[in-house]
Amino acid sequence: MTIDLEDLALDEGGHILLERALAGLRPGEQLEVRGRSGGLSLMLGAWARSHGHRLLPAADRPMPAADRLSSDELSDGPSLVLEKGAAHDQRWSGAVRAGEPGGVLPRADRTWGLAARGALVEAGGPKLDVAWVERDHVWADIAPTLYARAAASQWDPNTIIDWTPPSGVPDDIEDAVVQIMTYLVENEQAALMIPARMLGTLHPHYREVMQLLASQVADEARHVEIFTRRALLTRGQMGRSGADGRESLQTLLNEPDFTLASFLLSVLGEGTFVDLLKFIHDFAPDRVTADVTRLAARDEARHVAFGVAHTAYIAHSDPAFLGRLRGAVERRHEALRDTAGLNQSVFDGLVLLAAGSWEPAAIRRGWEAVQGLQRRMDEGRRRRLAAIGFPDGEAAELSALHTKNFM
Amino acid sequence: MSTPLVIGSVAYDPKVVTIWEGFRGFLRERGIETDFVLYSNYERQVEDLLANRIDLAWNSPLAWVRADRLARARGLTVVPLFMRDSDRELRSAVVTRAGSGAETLSDLRGKRVGVGAVDSPQSTLIPLSYLRSQGLVPGEDFEVVRFDVGVGLHGDHVGGERDAVIALREGSVDAACVLDANLIVFSQEGTVPSGYLSVLGQTEPFDHCMMTTAPGADPEAVATLNDAFLAMSYADPTVRRLLDLEGLKQWLPGRTENYAALERAVDETGFYDAEGNITADDYRP
Repeated sequence: MTIDLEDLALDEGGHILLERALAGLRPGEQLEVRGRSGGLSLMLGAWARSHGHRLLPAADRPMPAADRLSSDELSDGPSLVLEKGAAHDQRWSGAVRAGEPGGVLPRADRTWGLAARGALVEAGGPKLDVAWVERDHVWADIAPTLYARAAASQWDPNTIIDWTPPSGVPDDIEDAVVQIMTYLVENEQAALMIPARMLGTLHPHYREVMQLLASQVADEARHVEIFTRRALLTRGQMGRSGADGRESLQTLLNEPDFTLASFLLSVLGEGTFVDLLKFIHDFAPDRVTADVTRLAARDEARHVAFGVAHTAYIAHSDPAFLGRLRGAVERRHEALRDTAGLNQSVFDGLVLLAAGSWEPAAIRRGWEAVQGLQRRMDEGRRRRLAAIGFPDGEAAELSALHTKNFM
Repeated sequence: MSTPLVIGSVAYDPKVVTIWEGFRGFLRERGIETDFVLYSNYERQVEDLLANRIDLAWNSPLAWVRADRLARARGLTVVPLFMRDSDRELRSAVVTRAGSGAETLSDLRGKRVGVGAVDSPQSTLIPLSYLRSQGLVPGEDFEVVRFDVGVGLHGDHVGGERDAVIALREGSVDAACVLDANLIVFSQEGTVPSGYLSVLGQTEPFDHCMMTTAPGADPEAVATLNDAFLAMSYADPTVRRLLDLEGLKQWLPGRTENYAALERAVDETGFYDAEGNITADDYRP
């Protein structure tokens, strides 16, 4: 086999043509190289040496006294012959495919590292330090669809909402809005940190779950922004953060298991939160409050869908897993036994928001509305728990153990 | 546990630690105990080899020449054990700026030629000897401009060679002596543009590094170690990482016939005497 590099030198890309030509040869086979770039035989010898090939000794081929750049006397070329070495084949001899691009395997190999799914992976290299490598621990068949939906539903807080400060909202109602927004921000921050932490310990073979969690993190980042902006819109000051509320959120952060964390956060927490956001939207005293809660609720519904699908995926393949889910709810309940639950000012704020005024009759209506909200939250939790596989009675029991802090 | 064989190596780069730590672990997994000692320069390593303070030395070609001379002078033997596939058949080139007007080596008469460190086989000793063989006596027919970087490392540090090429680029020398592989490196790293250098002449092929045994090393242990090195396969991912760092694909048996050009250069310059004493008066490793 012969290749003519013409006047292309090895220090300006000539090696690419060499590699292409050598790829078609077996180790030990020869490639005749022609060319008229200066220093070709020198560079070829050096290149061959460093790549495990061999430039046949001068005795076996005609050699000029010296190579010269741009020298036409070499146009017809000395005969330079490369013998292909085995290094390239050896490097790839132990390579494996990191699964198939179109599907996920029951178990992902840590030695694939960060290689793309389906890539041919050279043996060696660092093992990926991730905890979640089994499909059944992280997967849900709906993940690719949910990710596609999430990617198509991104929005820009700056343009999608008209941030003109509302006028005409009574001071007391604005107080309630600020307090509720402050509460929402700390909940969203927990909802951001939990998937972010899961992301860092998930094998990227389960790419769609990784992408979905990443979009979830981005969603929560936006929610933190919009609730903060609404809180500061008229007063420039945030409300209060109760210790018990933070205690409740901390128990979510303390759950190390991927599925249990996803279950507590998304199925129970965010599921409940969707009802809360709809409630605030329905009783919003201004358009900004209505918009931020509507947009956030739409995103949260996706997070809930993944949490339910993923938890159901495991529970359906392993019914005994329901026992672990139950244990997680009970542990969390136990941890929060000595806390009051929801910040009183948040609860009162919700009542006032629904009441719309300080009239006793209005307060009663507000109170009843919040009672109705709590019933809907409970029904929603029971419905999701049943979808995962809990019998109705047990679903009701577990729903009742959920934190009073909603999330 | 058997007494470990102690391998000397010169720390010309931080990666040397990774390489020898890696080989040590690799060999230990195969039941071969070794340790390594790092030197700041080849002269002390060779002296320790001859004094049997180390069992083996990963020697530069110049260090091999000296070890062999010291051993012969004392009636001892040092054995060339193994070398990298990439240590075989290197060449050095005398280059000038393309379009400078210099067409042949004789055009360098009266000019300035940049070389690497005083103890660099590839960019000083061998190419200057080559020029002498072509009728150009260094220091008489042309001025030698030396770039002493990493003296004592026998040219393992590429800095002197690079400085010579930079000097060529900037016009303070008219030609420079470089290893063939560095023609590509200096272009890739941007020291000079592609096509900037024109080759006026090239040396005959010469060989480079060599694992050398001490006169008193245990032959049986050395043979076991030799077998283990020669058996290292580039297909093995654990050792491939180390081979890549050390710049080889395969260890090959040692050979000494391609050190003749360096021996000649050492004699011409009086770098070492026949007994292996350092006689170059401006060499301070």
